[in-house]
Amino acid sequence: MDHDFAITLDVGTSLANHTGAWRTFRPEYVHRLPPCNAACPAGEDIQGWLSFAEAGDYEAAWRALTKNNPLPAVMGRVCYHPCETACNRAQIDAAVGVNAVERFLGDMAIAKGWAFEPPAQKSGKKVLVVGAGPAGLSAAYHLAVLGHDVNIREAGPAPGGMMRFGIPKYRLPRDVLDAEVARIAALGVRIDYNSKVSDLQATIKEGGFDAAFLAVGAHIAKRAYIPAGEATKILDAVQVLASMEGAEQPLLGRRVVVYGGGNTALDVARTAKRLGAEEAIIVYRRTREKMPAHDFELEEALEEGVMMKWLSTIKHVDAGAITVEKMKLDETGFPQPTGEFETLEADSVVLALGQDVDLSLLDGVPGLEFADGLVKVGPDMMTGATGIFAGGDMAPSERTVTVAVGHGKKAARHIDAFLRGAAYAPPPKHELAGFEHLNAWYYGEAPQTLRPTLEIARRSSTFEEVVQGLDESNALYEARRCLSCGNCFECDNCYGVCPDNAVIKLGAGQGFRFNYDFCKGCGVCEAECPCGAIAMAPEEI
Amino acid sequence: MDDSTLAQQQQKLKYYQKGTFTVGNRLVSDAERSVQASAERSNALTSGHRACQGCGEALGARYAIDAAMRATGNDLIAVNATGCLEVFTTPYPETSWQLPWLHSLFGNAAAVATGVAAAQRVKGKATRVIAQGGDGGTTDIGFQCLSGMFERNDDVLYICYDNEGYMNTGVQRSSATPPAARTATTPALGPEPGNVFGTGKFVPKIAVAHGIPYVATATVADLRDLEAKVIKAMGIRGARYIQINVPCPLGWGAPSYDTIKLARLAVECGLYPIFEAEHGRITQSRKIRRRIPVRDYLILQKRYAHLFRNGVDDPRVARLQAICDAHIEDYGLLGDDEA
Repeated sequence: MDHDFAITLDVGTSLANHTGAWRTFRPEYVHRLPPCNAACPAGEDIQGWLSFAEAGDYEAAWRALTKNNPLPAVMGRVCYHPCETACNRAQIDAAVGVNAVERFLGDMAIAKGWAFEPPAQKSGKKVLVVGAGPAGLSAAYHLAVLGHDVNIREAGPAPGGMMRFGIPKYRLPRDVLDAEVARIAALGVRIDYNSKVSDLQATIKEGGFDAAFLAVGAHIAKRAYIPAGEATKILDAVQVLASMEGAEQPLLGRRVVVYGGGNTALDVARTAKRLGAEEAIIVYRRTREKMPAHDFELEEALEEGVMMKWLSTIKHVDAGAITVEKMKLDETGFPQPTGEFETLEADSVVLALGQDVDLSLLDGVPGLEFADGLVKVGPDMMTGATGIFAGGDMAPSERTVTVAVGHGKKAARHIDAFLRGAAYAPPPKHELAGFEHLNAWYYGEAPQTLRPTLEIARRSSTFEEVVQGLDESNALYEARRCLSCGNCFECDNCYGVCPDNAVIKLGAGQGFRFNYDFCKGCGVCEAECPCGAIAMAPEEI
Repeated sequence: MDDSTLAQQQQKLKYYQKGTFTVGNRLVSDAERSVQASAERSNALTSGHRACQGCGEALGARYAIDAAMRATGNDLIAVNATGCLEVFTTPYPETSWQLPWLHSLFGNAAAVATGVAAAQRVKGKATRVIAQGGDGGTTDIGFQCLSGMFERNDDVLYICYDNEGYMNTGVQRSSATPPAARTATTPALGPEPGNVFGTGKFVPKIAVAHGIPYVATATVADLRDLEAKVIKAMGIRGARYIQINVPCPLGWGAPSYDTIKLARLAVECGLYPIFEAEHGRITQSRKIRRRIPVRDYLILQKRYAHLFRNGVDDPRVARLQAICDAHIEDYGLLGDDEA
């Protein structure tokens, strides 16, 4: 090429100048663990399924959800949603209503008749599951999806365990429970009702099972010794709630006293109101702050007219009345008697003091270890006896439906590995996507959509569901409030804000890639990423 | 609710919750996304340029010229004043520009652009013209040519990338350098360290006083606002002026990753008012979303470090706050919620 005077070089593009050589820090796309996922006892990928729901692909959302939890319509009603407690959005306005969206997806799946994909091939192994409660159903589902032949033996006449015989209908309608159980059974899981396993070893031998998962729950009410006169009516909560499922409803009278401070005590008091009791009083020896029941359930109970007698213990029960002693908390927060007494009118007293496990089926099984009336299990959910796993309320942990579902999943994965003669190693967890990793500027203000509750007058006399669901427009709104903590949601910020045009957009659903030939490592992309899906790592120089 | 209304509502909701402030949004139609979100954007200022890490000017120039190229169907010529933008994009024989681009002198970009626009007219071509420069080439050295271009109402969009000093030559003061800022020529020494109060000029207001068809300020912290203004300006004939706040990590003494954050804080404290004017009258202003004290903006920059020595705020922080407060009142920067 001929050059002009004093010019020696051809003109060219700056793309010849690889400015990536300036870099001392390199940006990298990362996945961080959203706080909701980290908090979920069932190990759901909440952020993952919400991202499908945001796009309006509800079936994909439901399929992503049920990879970890087969009971979304139940969960969306009874879960205490630790995900929402952990949600980063609470620091902007209010937590994302994960539970409400989960219920919306679960209900839609039932309405549309979505079914689980059957396994591609069968393993030929047989697994016994004892108990059709949340842990047993969850384990059975996961084992069936992994190709194993599953037989659930249930002592009761219907599935659900405490979901049916402990949780009142106004919180969990039975048709919802039945629909989700039927979907698991449709995978080929056989459920035998009224077939209590009393000798585990014999049952395993007879059925030719290769492994067993025990989840019999905790159905024996704890008792407390209370001096009682004649003609008094003292019942226990398990009995009262279970009898609600039978033909004859329990007779509790006009004035019902419930003794205890857990969620079960609230369930009984609210049930009593619905059965026509004029007064339902909960007697609890400590204060509201110390009460183990969840505060929103207490609020709902108070709205319905349930009364609370804080700092009180029952000393004596007579026909038509009880004597309570006032307590006060000492420095350690433990209630101490004061010597002051009070009389309350009561037609019946229901004890809601916790439950124990019936361990009789384990008699004679070698290698088992017990502690505090529970079966000890290892980190793989296996008991001391090889091939026998346990979970749910009979294993030491928090007693909620969601924890039980998580136990079932975890046990199923370990049972699957055990059946293949291997060990299951869970994938390593990503670093937590805490609020400090987010750039909250990019999220618009959008307060939480509250689910409507039944008007108080209606709900205290009927067993209709108290909390109603979302419809499509507000479920979508709620899903879109998700911040997508720690995981790219393709907002194009990195692609836009790079002063060096060094981010390559790969197309919808494909995310982005850094062009390290030109990236100078300024870190603007990392600083302006709303969700913390970019990290800066030092270059080796 | 029928399907189309639901679809509209869904888009609006998504926009409201996650997309309003981000560059793109996977859930809205392509037409509703920003130019910068498109994989087909022209990248008018492409990779390999020699701007510092985190350069706000490189970013602002790509934002603005990409939007202008889309608005004109790529039928566009750019004229550049001397300055960082010229030096870092065109070290001979390389160029980063993906459009016809020419450079003459430091002070004559507006006049050269006037000539280019006249030439297009004579040749019967529809090609549009942009002149661009930094604050030094605009508010000081090129000011006479700029004022002439305004006064003649030549068909040129002039874009000033305002980084508040002569950064290319070693961070000297310009007439756009804010009070109290330290530069090489306003050192942090003596009883009144840094730039003095009461001097300098805010050219957008002078442009408004020329009564030209369109004047706007913008910021790299609000891409959608910036693009909308450039696109609007390209739909208007006659002299137009846009001034974009572009933080300079080197000159301001800030980490390279804070470029957009600083631009955002400059707007949110009221120091850099974002507004639009047409034919001599201010027509609207961009409201502050989350108001902050000016201190939060200043303290991140070493050019203001002398205001915060020994753990005590210099009284001039309050004077800068008074400037912000006056801007907020004069330009109506508070929305209904904040006022």
